[in-house]
Amino acid sequence: MNDHFEARFAAVGGQGILLAGDIIAEAAISFEGKYAVDSPTYTAQVRGGPTKVDVIIDSKRIEFTRTTAIDFMLCLSQNSWNRFGFDLKENCIVLIDPSLVFEVDEERYRVYRLPIIEITKKGLKKMVYTSAVSLGAMAGLTSYLKPDSIKKALLKKAPRGTEEPNMKAFDLGFEAVRELMK
Amino acid sequence: MDNTDKKERQVVFWPGNIVAAEAAIAAGCRFFAGYPITPSSEIAHVMSKRLPEVGGRFIQMEDEIAAMGALIGASLTGEKVLTATSGPGFSLKQENIGFASFIEVPCVIINVMRGGPSTGLPTALGQSDVMQARWGTHGDRPVIAITPSYLDEVYTEIIRAFNLAEILRMPVYILLDEVLGHLSERLEIPDPSEYELLERPRPTVPPEEYKPYDSSFGDVPPMADYFTGYRWHTTGLNHDQTGFPTTDPKICQFEEERMERKVSQNLDKIISYDEFMTEDAEIGIFAFGSTARAAMVAVSDAREKGIKAGLLRAITLWPFPEEPVRKFSKQVKGIVVPEANLGQMIYEVERVIGCNCPVVGVNKVGGVPIYPGEILAKIEELA
Repeated sequence: MNDHFEARFAAVGGQGILLAGDIIAEAAISFEGKYAVDSPTYTAQVRGGPTKVDVIIDSKRIEFTRTTAIDFMLCLSQNSWNRFGFDLKENCIVLIDPSLVFEVDEERYRVYRLPIIEITKKGLKKMVYTSAVSLGAMAGLTSYLKPDSIKKALLKKAPRGTEEPNMKAFDLGFEAVRELMK
Repeated sequence: MDNTDKKERQVVFWPGNIVAAEAAIAAGCRFFAGYPITPSSEIAHVMSKRLPEVGGRFIQMEDEIAAMGALIGASLTGEKVLTATSGPGFSLKQENIGFASFIEVPCVIINVMRGGPSTGLPTALGQSDVMQARWGTHGDRPVIAITPSYLDEVYTEIIRAFNLAEILRMPVYILLDEVLGHLSERLEIPDPSEYELLERPRPTVPPEEYKPYDSSFGDVPPMADYFTGYRWHTTGLNHDQTGFPTTDPKICQFEEERMERKVSQNLDKIISYDEFMTEDAEIGIFAFGSTARAAMVAVSDAREKGIKAGLLRAITLWPFPEEPVRKFSKQVKGIVVPEANLGQMIYEVERVIGCNCPVVGVNKVGGVPIYPGEILAKIEELA
């Protein structure tokens, strides 16, 4: 199972996190020639309830479409962590916003705390860019996909007219996480 | 499909339900009637947008059985038609599905299976409508049900389903499940030059000589479009070649057998299956739909452990691929049948193979898919 990558994005419905999963998959497929599958949660609580999307990327066709060993998880709500904080590899990179997620297993996982919401509020003024900031941060923390591929996919998926703020959001996330890693 | 000289394919990343809707449009479907139901709703959603763009019609009916009725009516006018539903809606449609079967109307019915009986688990997977697909409506009738496992297969099999419905004048089921309906994966859209679109046989005789069930033309009699001058009576009662009711035992026997022959005499066109590492397999797996993908991984994992496992994956579930399963059973020490229900297709495997080898199920309900490790455990037990 080399060249296999699993990511989970968990948040509260409405934060645009399902789209982040789509963008990662798009980056893998369209800009790196890989295979990807994405399975979103499908609940009555898409708005306001805990929600997640799982993305699996591989250089080969993906057979089993559910995650079994997650390499990267982004979590933007404690409730979502409690519900979806499973299937993670030991040493999984876990990215959380410390204003929203308070308790995760520090011993098992490599936990990074980044004030994603605050960065978005300050830098973009609009919360819809949370997922772009998160993607930038993910690109800074993981090396599986090239940051440029994720950016291209973000541009492809972004509604017309939002390209510039999305790019700015991505860069803010990327820089902030790099700062954090210093 | 012939891969030579193919045009460059469009690569997309769509959820299964969108793939299903787009495939139906590509297959020539121009009418959809339905009653949106999770986890199939996106099919109705996309059809409501796409059909008007291609000159088709979409109608949301007041309930499931009415949707099935509208489907039959539209098909009688010559359109290729689709409805999509899930378990509870599938139950509600059964009466009119029986009617469509008996008056021999082409139509495609997608059931994106959810978990549980009754309203069950609307947002989670199940594979528990497979026996209902075969026996859900009363009386004897031939059935075709197709269970794709991959989204590119969803696309090509839906095109095939429309073709089979047309050339055999009968309803055809596509049984998906929640996992496939909502999963997005990379797929290449075949160019229209890569496949054929088939039409129902239409009458060559003048209207005054037309009989809707005229078996002198074969087991699939030509079907006239309504409102083209051909008069045609449809009834759910047993009927003769003219379409009018009869209780004559000989005619009833002949007509029901003719209907059955449409499938039994065309198994080569209908039955499709795939094999993975079966050649030297000592332990077999029979699987279908999204569960077969877990079985693929289980086969590879077993091989890594030195166990020669192999998968027979049904693409056509009904009519059941009897011959391949029987042949497989003579080669292996045992067969594992994983399915997201409490054991349905396992009966069919057992029926077909007799005492050739032991059969064990891996059965899971509750909306969570069967994991490769759960299948592997059974493989190890049999090895």
